[in-house]
Amino acid sequence: MNLEFEIAGGDFTKAGYASSQVKKMLKQLGVEAHCIKNIVIALYEAEVNVVAHAYEGQILVHIESDKITTKIIDKGPGIPDIEQAMQEGYSTASKKVREMGFGAGMGLPNIKKNTDKLQIQSKVDEGTTVEMVNYF
Amino acid sequence: MQVSKICELLAATIICGEEHASAKIERGFSSDLMSDVLTLDTDNLLLITGLCNLQTIRTSEMADIRYIVFVRNKKVTAEMLALANENNMCLLESPYTLFKASGLLYQAGLNPVY
Ligand SMILES: Nc1ncnc2c1ncn2[C@@H]1O[C@H](COP(=O)(O)OP(=O)(O)OP(=O)(O)O)[C@@H](O)[C@H]1O
Ligand SMILES: [Mg+2]
Repeated sequence: MNLEFEIAGGDFTKAGYASSQVKKMLKQLGVEAHCIKNIVIALYEAEVNVVAHAYEGQILVHIESDKITTKIIDKGPGIPDIEQAMQEGYSTASKKVREMGFGAGMGLPNIKKNTDKLQIQSKVDEGTTVEMVNYF
Repeated sequence: MQVSKICELLAATIICGEEHASAKIERGFSSDLMSDVLTLDTDNLLLITGLCNLQTIRTSEMADIRYIVFVRNKKVTAEMLALANENNMCLLESPYTLFKASGLLYQAGLNPVY
């Protein structure tokens, strides 16, 4: 099964909509609650990152019998040093993002913690692609 | 600790989810930072926060947090209320500071996450 969503950069009112839809879908499919939580936390972190740091993005969800693969592709500034960005506490979030309750530099490490496979590709001034896999 | 007891301790009003008034909550977590809330792996949690916007509700939805108390007299907006109702959440509003609310709940026996 495939699902697709658009993300608007900077628009915090809609941040989380896609993650919410995916959560409902996984519930309907009868996926175990703890597993759903891991998947949607990781997806939500990635979705908020696009809203907070990029211009626009797209989420592609692919559900198979034993796993879910989620790709978050954005157009944006990109991440110059992914290893640095993966460290807890590293953040370049703006004041506006912090006012929304984000920008602690915990998102990427938290995505790592909540997924079975994580791959991040990024090109400065072009964008970032985050791909994650969770087994049911 | 029962939701009704929390209301009493914090001079709080239930904004929605009154049907949960007798539900028992084990632990509390106080934060204005949703980034930190998302790192928790705790069930049956009360979130005590002064961050009063739609992202508080969204974050709680993702983290399976059903009970939220907004401190410092913050008021829940109509948009927040709609999303909370959709997710069967229970929202409270308290006039106390985050510090005072947390202290009172801890003293009365609500457990910390860590
Ligand atoms: N999609 C993205 N596009 C551009 N930069 C990004 C993207 N995602 C993350 N980054 C960069 O990596 C840093 C760390 O990301 P991370 O999600 O860990 O923290 P944060 O978003 O700043 O704060 P938090 O996730 O705790 O709210 C960001 O501050 C930003 O500099
Ligand atoms: Mg982030």
